[in-house]
Amino acid sequence: MVAMSVSMEEFLKRRKARNRAILAVLVGLCVLFYAITIVRLTH
Amino acid sequence: MTDVTTAEFAAGTAPLSAAGVGDYWALLKPRVMSLVVFTGFAGLWVAPGHINPVLAAVAILCIAIGAGASGAINMWYDRDIDAVMNRTQGRPIPAGRMQPNEALSFGVILASGSVILMGLAVNAVAGALLAGTIGFYVFVYTMWLKRLTPQNIVIGGAAGAFPPMVGWAAVTGDIGWPSVALFALIFFWTPPHFWALALFRSGDYQKAGVPMLPVVAGPRETKRQMFLYTLVLWPIAVAPYFMGIAGAAYLVLAAVLSLCFTGFSVAVWFDRTDKWPKRMFAFSILYLTLLFALLILDRVPSGLLG
Repeated sequence: MVAMSVSMEEFLKRRKARNRAILAVLVGLCVLFYAITIVRLTH
Repeated sequence: MTDVTTAEFAAGTAPLSAAGVGDYWALLKPRVMSLVVFTGFAGLWVAPGHINPVLAAVAILCIAIGAGASGAINMWYDRDIDAVMNRTQGRPIPAGRMQPNEALSFGVILASGSVILMGLAVNAVAGALLAGTIGFYVFVYTMWLKRLTPQNIVIGGAAGAFPPMVGWAAVTGDIGWPSVALFALIFFWTPPHFWALALFRSGDYQKAGVPMLPVVAGPRETKRQMFLYTLVLWPIAVAPYFMGIAGAAYLVLAAVLSLCFTGFSVAVWFDRTDKWPKRMFAFSILYLTLLFALLILDRVPSGLLG
């Protein structure tokens, strides 16, 4: 494997982007499960 | 300035992964995923019966995530050969942007989540088929056949052929013969598609020790088999018409496209350069995309087409 070096600044930037992506996924899952529940209840 | 290196990651002293969001996205093999989503949607769309649009969207989402998860686990397992092949050296693991275990965890979580969600929200048959698809791709193709036999993509092609059956099962809750025809269409399309690629990438596969047919049996035998597979595709491509899930327009265009596909394989047979294999590879994608697009269009309510 190629050795990779990441500066702390870059590392923090990537971690922030990852955290935002995880937040978006969690919000998306909340909306999805809400929609599935409503659909399942009405059918 | 403090540096975080892969050595620190390996030693467990680095706080967290340095992989970016784009690296996780790349693990999902988005290009493969798009074709899987498309064929899965086609299976769902042409299936008889009704499904709530929200549940249909959930089914497509699960197919997409399941396909992406398979790709991630595949990249974890194949990291050694990915590092050798030019085409795959830039992937997150061989490029050193991600630890192998991160990719494996990501893939396993997504695979489990997609199967559970499909089973609970849509139906058990679709969930079981999705689990079978992921399992087949990971265990049968990636871990077993890929490095063992030149027939790797012939049998392994089944993994890519399952999505229309999953889509169909999401609506009907069972496996109908028309969905088996859609499975067969992708199954028999896969060898000429991949071998066209392997013909102009055989050096890469040879370097990595992957026994693709052009590496093991040579270009001549590969071209012969590609031609035969395009012939087998003829009756399979038109089968949806005779099974009642497609109209006359599909029948005509499927026949014309299959004729062209065979024509490409003949051109490849007589070509000693990479020109026609590259063209056939590009056409093979167009071929499958058009066939499934036609299946979808045939079922679009006439009101939507004006």
